[in-house]
Amino acid sequence: MSADVRLCHLYPDEMNIYADRGNIAVFQRRLEWRGLRLEVRGVGPGETIDPSAYDLIYMGGGQDRDQAVVAHDLAGSKGDAIISAVEDGVALLAVCGGYQLTGHGYTGVDGSRMPGIGLFDADTIAGDTRLIGDVLINATLDGQTREVAGFENHAGRTELGAGATPLGAVLAGHGNSGVSGGEGCTRLRAIGTYLHGPLLPRNPWLADHILGWALEHRTGSATELKALDDTMEIAAHAVAVGRAHGDRRERLMGRRG
Amino acid sequence: MNIVASGSAAIARAAGRASRAMGRGGGTSVPGVVLLRINPRAVDTIADRLGGGSILVSATNGKTTTTRMLGGALRADGAEVITNAAGANLLSGVAAALVGARPARPDTACGLFECDEAALPAVMARVHPRAIVLMNLFRDQLDRHGELEAIAERWQAMLLAPGALPRLVLAADDPAIAALGDGRECLWFGLDDPAVATGALPHAADSTRCRACGTPLTYDHVWFGHLGDWRCPACGSSRPPLDVAVIDAGLRGATGSDPLIRTPDGEVILHLTVPGLHNVLNAAAALAGALAMGIRADVAAAAISQVPAAFGRAEHLVVDGTDLVLLLAKNPAGANENVRTLLLDPGDHHILVALNDRIADGRDVSWIWDVDWEPLLPRVSSVTVTGERAHDLALRFRYGGLDPDHLHVIPDHRAALASAIAAVPPGGCLEVLPTYTAMHDIRADLVARGAASEFWVEG
Ligand SMILES: [Zn+2]
Repeated sequence: MSADVRLCHLYPDEMNIYADRGNIAVFQRRLEWRGLRLEVRGVGPGETIDPSAYDLIYMGGGQDRDQAVVAHDLAGSKGDAIISAVEDGVALLAVCGGYQLTGHGYTGVDGSRMPGIGLFDADTIAGDTRLIGDVLINATLDGQTREVAGFENHAGRTELGAGATPLGAVLAGHGNSGVSGGEGCTRLRAIGTYLHGPLLPRNPWLADHILGWALEHRTGSATELKALDDTMEIAAHAVAVGRAHGDRRERLMGRRG
Repeated sequence: MNIVASGSAAIARAAGRASRAMGRGGGTSVPGVVLLRINPRAVDTIADRLGGGSILVSATNGKTTTTRMLGGALRADGAEVITNAAGANLLSGVAAALVGARPARPDTACGLFECDEAALPAVMARVHPRAIVLMNLFRDQLDRHGELEAIAERWQAMLLAPGALPRLVLAADDPAIAALGDGRECLWFGLDDPAVATGALPHAADSTRCRACGTPLTYDHVWFGHLGDWRCPACGSSRPPLDVAVIDAGLRGATGSDPLIRTPDGEVILHLTVPGLHNVLNAAAALAGALAMGIRADVAAAAISQVPAAFGRAEHLVVDGTDLVLLLAKNPAGANENVRTLLLDPGDHHILVALNDRIADGRDVSWIWDVDWEPLLPRVSSVTVTGERAHDLALRFRYGGLDPDHLHVIPDHRAALASAIAAVPPGGCLEVLPTYTAMHDIRADLVARGAASEFWVEG
């Protein structure tokens, strides 16, 4: 049986520190519960990407040293293949370090530069503190707006170019830079974001939206996804939303940085 | 003791009594905080008076158990041991232990201190230890990004600081720890039993690149996490030869193990009542630490075998006739070892998993996805999830493929404990895997039910 969605998992060994396997598990189960099959192919350093072989690309975050290896590996034809896949309608989700490296690049505190692939018109410079905590955004995709809850932990301050679209507006937490009010970036069917936790288990709407994109790429037409019983997901989402609002209150009261 | 140090210590001790009287927990670190504020040099003075010298133990995982085992060995050798209470492992906790100490024979008394990873350099600078035992650095949930690297670098800088270098007792199996011993005289401990190796690095593995050249390491054997018999295919650096080697882990399921350990002082067999491979390594670390303090291997082995489980670490209790075992699970490596230990027991399992997200647990709960729960799921008859983030645990098990009929989500820990106990058939055992503060919550329930003793009394 051929796969219903073909997922390219970029750098599973190097970029996995924020429980990225949780996001992959959500893609797999939510398809399986609907009688559909996900095929996952890991692509590591030194391996090439065929842009026509996938419907969905995923990249997580890593430790600085691993991220430098990945940045080097992405420079050139591999980065170009990812961009051409997205321009061809492939869906993409990049989290934390994956988000930074799908932008223009990352400048460290010591001034060193890690180049990105330039899929997103976004550039990141390390700040002197880490932005850590629960985060809640109003995310907008294809005209639908929903609350998406996650956790953020990043030193990078990401600035979007004038024409770039953020994933959402920050309701609580820091987002891209802590000051812009925006979080993440979207372009075509690609999403870059700092939200982990992992992101998808407690945000099933977002997971299904991305899966809808991937299925549409695979079949050539829009696919209606069968509704699932998301009682547990909704309960976990509610707790995360409460945490994000609580964090904001504590910050306003000066208890947290 | 000089007059100033002695006067400061008396004030600090009084502060500790006042704190206990006001019911503020065990008050275990308060005298240390006071002493450090009024006279920080007094810590050095008191520590330097201990004729037997001091030994420090640090790691992300297993330091409490190892410290207890090492304490047993030091006492068996006849020393009076000044030690910090479990969990009071910052400089203030060490200072409190020194303040409270009134050794009968200061000329032979020795200090034994469990140290938080981040606090170790500060403790070492004040305590001037004779030896230090460094066991492992596993990724933690508190702030994982870059933390391991930063700690390894701070430990390296600590060893380069001026002053006499203590005897280094290092885990050869952890590449990040092994790098600390490069070019230095060390006592290396580790595992040499291929029968207990796993096939591959688990998902949660850290530090798998060569510290010298950055190439991914290859492993002849993986024990758990990123610990194993490693080597670099590019520059040829490899695990140092072991001085204290577990040549047969002797695992006996959930009831303990009988490891055979080769030492420069001959082979010894230990009989541990704490289960799992991680505790075998903890025992090897304690044995190596004891050797570094000049204790005979057979004396240390016998003493380590007598040490009961530390607070919440494979602690066995009976509640209303049901057996219960507490297995602290505070990070992916620790939780993975707990799961692997449970799998040693054939038959059905009943588990209660408790997840809080307070500061001491880590605000970020995503680490639960890095734990390999999957092998356990076909073997569980009931899974109860509880704590402030019970719903996140529920999702972890749902997406891990657990049959929803076996999953019970009860955020209130008292109700969850009662329900989980009720689900265990007669003669069965409830296995409880809590995070740090969740363990305190559940243990408080158990104390109220008369099944466990209070925390600071036993510290
Ligand atoms: Zn190397």
